Amino acid sequence: MEQEILLSVKNLEVKFDLRGRTLNAIRGISLDLYKGESLAIVGESGSGKSVLVKTFMGLLDANGRITDGEILYNGQDFTKFKTEKEWLAIRGKELAMVLQDPMTSLNPLKTVGFQICEALELHQGLKGAKAKEAAVSILEDVGITEAGRRFSQYPHEFSGGMRQRAVIAIAVACRPKILICDEPTTALDVTIQAQILNLLKDLKAKYDLTTIYITHDLGVVANVADRIAVMYAGDIVEIGKCDEVFYNPRHPYTWALLSSLPQLGVKGENLYSIKGAPPNLFTHIAGDAFAPRNPRALKIDFVKRPPYFDVSPTHKARTWLLDPRAPKVDPPESIRKLRQGVSANG
Amino acid sequence: MAENREPLLQVKNLEVTFGTRRHPFHAVNGVSFDIYEGETFGLVGESGSGKTTIGRSIIRINPVSGGEIRYKNQKISGKISKELDRRLTREIQMIFQDPMASLNERAKVDYIVSEGLYNLGGHLSEAERRDKVDTALTDVGLLPEFASRFPHEFSGGQRQRIGIARALIMQPQFIIADEPISALDVSIRAQVLNLLSDLQKKRGLTYLFIAHDLSVVRFISDRIAVIRKGVLVELAETETLFAHPLHPYTRALLSAIPLPDPQAEKNKKLLVYDPGMHDYSVKKPEWCEMEPGHFVLANEPEIAEYKKALE
Repeated sequence: MEQEILLSVKNLEVKFDLRGRTLNAIRGISLDLYKGESLAIVGESGSGKSVLVKTFMGLLDANGRITDGEILYNGQDFTKFKTEKEWLAIRGKELAMVLQDPMTSLNPLKTVGFQICEALELHQGLKGAKAKEAAVSILEDVGITEAGRRFSQYPHEFSGGMRQRAVIAIAVACRPKILICDEPTTALDVTIQAQILNLLKDLKAKYDLTTIYITHDLGVVANVADRIAVMYAGDIVEIGKCDEVFYNPRHPYTWALLSSLPQLGVKGENLYSIKGAPPNLFTHIAGDAFAPRNPRALKIDFVKRPPYFDVSPTHKARTWLLDPRAPKVDPPESIRKLRQGVSANG
Repeated sequence: MAENREPLLQVKNLEVTFGTRRHPFHAVNGVSFDIYEGETFGLVGESGSGKTTIGRSIIRINPVSGGEIRYKNQKISGKISKELDRRLTREIQMIFQDPMASLNERAKVDYIVSEGLYNLGGHLSEAERRDKVDTALTDVGLLPEFASRFPHEFSGGQRQRIGIARALIMQPQFIIADEPISALDVSIRAQVLNLLSDLQKKRGLTYLFIAHDLSVVRFISDRIAVIRKGVLVELAETETLFAHPLHPYTRALLSAIPLPDPQAEKNKKLLVYDPGMHDYSVKKPEWCEMEPGHFVLANEPEIAEYKKALE
């Protein structure tokens, strides 16, 4: 079970300066990314999942800074990078990113082919006919038919799903080691979503990629993720293999996220919904950040931040419920149903 | 159960055409369905299928180029009297997809919610108006003091609640919800869905729920119609549709629903719909009832095939 660690995050803290106040966006995250795996990071908006991966690429906004911790990749520590020049050797070449909205991530004034060639020229030094040849073959790889004709078309001539395919083509054109997909299918239809997820899975094998998916929808990642990290209020509250997180979730927040999926809802009854709002990250959070919204919270949850408890060698969760002294609390009904398989649902 | 109820809204052979006379584009082509009082009717399709266009022609934003729409047995498409128009604006309201884009950034919540009252509320005193705004905000789970704030001070879920309050204040009977939750986070989706169904129970509202995600529609709808390229392909009660979908497009849509279950996902087969599979050159497809309340678009050989599949 020894796997090569590709990227290692150690005790990372990120803060933002906002109107004279400090926002604690990432509160001490440690995470290892293994070579060849696909990791899904799941959380609500504002949980810091996008901020986390932006630190991997040096794309934090100007008012954000890494205050503690390190990000180790290939013997380098990203947090020590000072100049753009250092980042340019990493961005695109080692790590590439696919963003949520293909409408805004493509340049509307340039042909799709030009935008892929741009990446090829910059990172692989290909020019002219050679670059075009390579670009057309990548377009074919991402499932665009008539790639030769599509090469010279503009983004507005592409449909939403095709555009996202084009964005993926640009990202893989530089042959990155790690592909980060930030909500790759949120802006797309359900049918297209399924196709794009399948495409990403195929490309992962073909281009030997390690992938990180970011999403707010747990339902989407069951098919594509090897491991799942659940984020809440700038912290990973539970991490484990896909099956472990779906069939044996331990953190109350993971329970809540899973039970609010409409796929698990029973018609005529109310869907489970998480009460209240995510915590204010401007203030110091004592205890478990999810405690105020958690109907099953223990007293200690409000006082002391729980450490990670191991459920299995690959599965750990940050909740006092796993402490041997904690009272036994059963997960909600719908989670137990999930364990028996929701295949009846579809 | 649907047969003996009175339809609230009837759409008959609806056609909506955009473009010029020379280059017409048929966004909606011969769509017919009834919506009964008190039910939630789901309309599902991909982007560009014409589902939003149908919703917009019901509230008279898009002109109808063929067929008719009847509300409470009265024609509401084409030219109608001024009084009827005012009554419709009051009784039919809409909730939009993107709560970031559908609220006026420069107006306070108080104005946004009561805009309909200013236009159609008759002669309300200031105190009465304030009272109505407070009630509408409380009904959707917001605090009355939010009225003095601006939309940018709210989160996505709260904004969508403001959008719902704005529709509710007119005391409508029929609400068109156009992808009301697709721009929201999963955890907020549940809140908004619950709110919509609570309001329906309390006020006996009728919904037309437009969405692209069948798993959401299944949860909230009594009956579902599937639309593709401006044509309805299948219509049935929710559980019937999920139990035995007939049209290959419906089956493709169902297979695309992401399941929160890794094992099931791994064994899942994704169906891809190819419109070329229908041979409609000889026998034209018709809208026919396969079993009570279950309609599908098919031609004669396909009907025979589907009949077999049902048995």
